[in-house]
Amino acid sequence: MRRYIAKRVAHSLFIMWLVATSVFFGLRAIPGGPVRAMLGQEGTPEARRAIREQLGLDDPWYVQYADWMTDLLVGEFGSSITSSEPVAAVVGQAAPKTFSIGIVAVVVGLSIAIPAGVISATRKREPVDYVATVAAFLGLSMPAFFVGILLALVFGVWFNVLPVVGYTPLKEGIRPWLEHILLPGVAVGLPYGAVVMRMMRSSLLEVMDEPYMKTALAKGVRSRVRLYKHALQNALIPVITVAGIQLALVLVGSVTVEIVFGIQGLGRTLVDSMLDRNYPVTQAVILLVAAVLVFTNLAVDIAYTAIDPRIRYGGDSS
Amino acid sequence: MSTDTDTGFGERRGEFGPGEMPSEYEVEEETEEYKGLGGRLVEGILGDKMALFGALVVLLFVLTAAFAPYIAPHGQEETFAFMKEPMTSSAADVDGDGRTEQVFHPLGTDSFGHDILSRLIFGARVSLLVALATLAVSLTIGTTIGVLAGYYGGIIDSLLMRYVDFQWAFPELILGVAIIALSGGLGVVNVIIAIGIAYIDDFARLVRGEILSIREEEYITAARAVGMGDARIMFREMIPNAVAPIIVQATLMIPLAILAEAGLSFLGLGVKPTTPTWGLLLSDGRQFIDRAWWISVMPGLAIMVTVLSFNMFGDGLRDAFDISEGEVEER
Repeated sequence: MRRYIAKRVAHSLFIMWLVATSVFFGLRAIPGGPVRAMLGQEGTPEARRAIREQLGLDDPWYVQYADWMTDLLVGEFGSSITSSEPVAAVVGQAAPKTFSIGIVAVVVGLSIAIPAGVISATRKREPVDYVATVAAFLGLSMPAFFVGILLALVFGVWFNVLPVVGYTPLKEGIRPWLEHILLPGVAVGLPYGAVVMRMMRSSLLEVMDEPYMKTALAKGVRSRVRLYKHALQNALIPVITVAGIQLALVLVGSVTVEIVFGIQGLGRTLVDSMLDRNYPVTQAVILLVAAVLVFTNLAVDIAYTAIDPRIRYGGDSS
Repeated sequence: MSTDTDTGFGERRGEFGPGEMPSEYEVEEETEEYKGLGGRLVEGILGDKMALFGALVVLLFVLTAAFAPYIAPHGQEETFAFMKEPMTSSAADVDGDGRTEQVFHPLGTDSFGHDILSRLIFGARVSLLVALATLAVSLTIGTTIGVLAGYYGGIIDSLLMRYVDFQWAFPELILGVAIIALSGGLGVVNVIIAIGIAYIDDFARLVRGEILSIREEEYITAARAVGMGDARIMFREMIPNAVAPIIVQATLMIPLAILAEAGLSFLGLGVKPTTPTWGLLLSDGRQFIDRAWWISVMPGLAIMVTVLSFNMFGDGLRDAFDISEGEVEER
């Protein structure tokens, strides 16, 4: 098991290295280079030279690469071009907002998806199953920003019970924080929940078809125990994988939903920085998002070893 | 429903010899008469109400996009009274004879006075164009990589798997945003490349898996034995046998591409700020949500209905082709 975890950690670090390297070469492949992008057409040759010097663009590429990597490792991203704030500060302000939305989204998504998936699978072909399936289909077909608009319209404009603009940090109290984050969180969480629910349903149906479920029935195990102990435990394994991989959906959803609700989170920071050609910020956000995805998936993989003994004992089930 | 995981009796046949088959199983066992691909498809789609509905809406969507200028009641730049509610009329001089007529707006008008229905009909063109072009990009490149990786294995295969790993860290939209950032400009080609690249790995993985199993079939050994070259085996023997899952994957990728395009347009990184696309129309209406909800809700509904019907159609195709759910990638 320790070997398995070590292998997964090494693999994740490798992917992060790959991402960082491609961002490095990608930035240098921009037509005109970052200097032109930063100064625009009017930059004087002196200003250009100064920036080239400051960015170390005159060094050989391997020196630049080594510098860049060490800067990344110590978390030194330079400063934002538009506001000359350190990039770490810009991103540090945005990240908690996006992560708040993400947490609400995952909690909402999973707490709807898993019970709904179980009910839908155990009452297959009954009306409740059809309702759940249609709801999941709708959830798969609505982009998060449209769900966000609908929620803002219903709860913000028609009923006027929740704020539809802005963000309040958690340290100003849980209630105001939750009030601001609830609608965006639900908007991101519903499409996520739809994906997880479909997986939960089909995975549970598959497990209930296994011979050992018939054995359990034959030896008189009560239906509740059969469902929760025999079936659900096994059915959850693929669901956890999907729930982990689909965190990408949560992050992507958050990018657009932040704009609906006027929250200056990572997504909005990313888009703004791109439109301003603020490359230090763009690269920091891309690296952060990639890191979050890679390491949550690592965490999911490690959580597996606790849930699925086949990985703990088995050789190459990875 | 389509998410059904019943394996049917075909798979259990191996567990019992012909004589040992319990009688209750034997009753339901029947051999299906062979039907051609087209026959199975038509029958599968017609027999599945949701798939049929999906197919009809998809057809309607394609026709709308193709004949947009003839179907749309007004031009995409024509303006009328601002923010008229759905199902109301405004007075305008349409035929240019100096007198005003009542102009009916089934979906209302937006903050500039554009007729929303007409804008949506023209927007369908962009959605369809981007979806088909991204599909062409990812299908061609992905299938080629997948076939090579599955057939030759070795270094091509490991490179592919590293690339797949890499894409794991990049959700489609983020990758799209990054590619648009790197290519340094907005435009339809950039959007197509950005979305297309994001789905290469789905096709590559799918095709690789198919090729790996086809490679072991006897007819491939036979093809080798009669001296066929690698290219001919790949293109004449293998790909035609992997075509069903590829079609299903393609049908399920189109709605994802439509969603991705809508997302990019919504962010203001789409085709062009002046072209009416569904994502952009939705985004334009956002600031008027308290006064004119229909401006952003109507494009959202258009996205939803289109994506929903592609998904239902794709699900029906998957059932008709009898492909297991795990085989094709969903988001």
